[in-house]
Amino acid sequence: MTFFDEIAKFDRAEVTRKIYATTDKQVEQALAAVPNVSLEQFMALVSPAADKYLEQMAQISHDITRRRFGNTMQMYAPLYLSNFCTNKCTYCGFSAGNKIKRAILSDAEIIAEAEALTKYPFKHILLVTGESPRKAGVEYLANSIEIMNNHFEQVSLEVQPLERDEYSLLMDKGLHSVYIYQETYDKERYPLYHISGKKKDYKFRLETPDRLGEAGLYKIGIANLIGLEEWRTEAFFTALHLQYLSSKYWRSKYSIAFPRLRPFTGDDSFAANYETSERNLLQLITAYRLFSEDVELSLSTRESPYFRDNVMRLGVTTMSAGSKTAPGGYSNYEENKELEQFAVNDDREIYAVEQAIKDADLEPVWKDWDRSLFKR
Amino acid sequence: MNGVKIGDKIFSSRLFTGTGKFSSSAVMQAAIEASESELVTVALKRIDIGNAEDDILQHLNHKRVNLLPNTSGVRTAKEAIFAAELAREALETNFVKLEIHPDPRYLMPDAVETLKAAEELTKRGFIVMPYIHADPVLCKQLEECGVACVMPLAAPIGSNKGLVTIDFLKIIIEQSRVPVIIDAGLGAPSHAAAAMELGADAVLVNTAIAASSNPVAMAIAFKLAVEAGRMAYEAQLAPISSKASASSPLTSFLSNNK
Repeated sequence: MTFFDEIAKFDRAEVTRKIYATTDKQVEQALAAVPNVSLEQFMALVSPAADKYLEQMAQISHDITRRRFGNTMQMYAPLYLSNFCTNKCTYCGFSAGNKIKRAILSDAEIIAEAEALTKYPFKHILLVTGESPRKAGVEYLANSIEIMNNHFEQVSLEVQPLERDEYSLLMDKGLHSVYIYQETYDKERYPLYHISGKKKDYKFRLETPDRLGEAGLYKIGIANLIGLEEWRTEAFFTALHLQYLSSKYWRSKYSIAFPRLRPFTGDDSFAANYETSERNLLQLITAYRLFSEDVELSLSTRESPYFRDNVMRLGVTTMSAGSKTAPGGYSNYEENKELEQFAVNDDREIYAVEQAIKDADLEPVWKDWDRSLFKR
Repeated sequence: MNGVKIGDKIFSSRLFTGTGKFSSSAVMQAAIEASESELVTVALKRIDIGNAEDDILQHLNHKRVNLLPNTSGVRTAKEAIFAAELAREALETNFVKLEIHPDPRYLMPDAVETLKAAEELTKRGFIVMPYIHADPVLCKQLEECGVACVMPLAAPIGSNKGLVTIDFLKIIIEQSRVPVIIDAGLGAPSHAAAAMELGADAVLVNTAIAASSNPVAMAIAFKLAVEAGRMAYEAQLAPISSKASASSPLTSFLSNNK
């Protein structure tokens, strides 16, 4: 039994219908249920009816987050190792059909990137690749993690889905957490975006967090890509996924991200099917927080400085700063910028973001793990 | 009022504090100084132990403050023992706050692993301060293996709910031969005062101070509450009665029969 079986119990159209049929009274009942919001009540929180309760949702979300996480913001940087990809996905800059320059970092280049980043206080690093098992397979990832251990305290991955034993092996090398985004939980429409390549396999991707839980990762990150499908229904299935995982694999921490589609370089330009406004996005963030007091909510540089600065106290617990989405982007941005996955929206330099966090009366936390403590 | 003795040290303040959740290291330092706390717990995973200029440690460099490294983040006895050894070497203290919570959501302490780790750490000469459920039997078992105190929780950590486990805390306080420090869940100075009135030897407070709008003022409020609660305990509270005592309707016959 995996999440594939769990999600099969739900009729997607019926979920959408319920969300849109939510009454004011149901929203008020959901708000009164905090911190024990059921999945049914979560539907009310992401409904159109809840929009006019947004100020109240933001206030509750703020209070819960400050009590649970204190006045802090966890900081990380993504590090792109490779943009080779064998998948053809309609929304992604790394898509196999997209005629862009491809690169994979050598050991020396990985070290150069790490050194460029450790000029800043970063201790948590997220390694990112496209899906190309022959170029950036498990061995390549294991080697990259070992290099990172010399520069950072916590190493995470956002790469292709792997097998359970492969995750165990990478944990032995020092891997802390893995982020794997389903993009859309809509089984029928998933193939429309994932044209060819291994990523076409909806079930294998959907069951990846199960394999991560079995391997005992310290943290598991899930998300859907906002803009592919209607966000409210996708949010429900993300919440369902969180509830399923956190009750079954209770030793792991969980993280939710809310990436909105960003423009990218290449021929296959892709426009979001659904508009999701900043107001919608804030409703989503606060709804997740009201549903779960302890889930990590992570906001990337895909969003604007204005939005990030204003939303950072309202439920978000983790942020990246100064991100480059091209392999080699930190040590030599000018030369490598044409390799990037997408153009970041908040392109402020790291210390400017740090200052914005401090101005919001939050302490940036750069180190919350110690690799020597958790050596396996 | 006497202090509380833990291991080889006497602490005159019965308020222990923490270092997490503050909006800056400067606010943390000011709040801890205002609390007059002499024992301050710090998560090993948050500090850079190889770095003498670590921001948190620098802000705790005060002659009154003793560091209490904690093992937050570990999931097993084995990891906890390893962490304790690292802390002893890096921070030059035998004190360790033993925290093993395999559940990252509610940070519920693991009784089985905690007992295992405590047995080993006491053998290795540590002054072990275990964070545990308000479980009276576990407290006696830990006491037998030589811990310096027990630290039962009042409520889930960070919840600010107060003395939710009060019935079990009373049993623990009644039975314990080592100091009882009530840890986790105390959300208001009145909770801390109530804990001290019950006879707790000390309390540990972090979230309620760090996440308040004015951590320095809240630190002082907790300091005063802990002192008041202890003073009340030592002075012995007058018995509770819901109404004024009536004359003796059931026994008055004894004196009326003259």
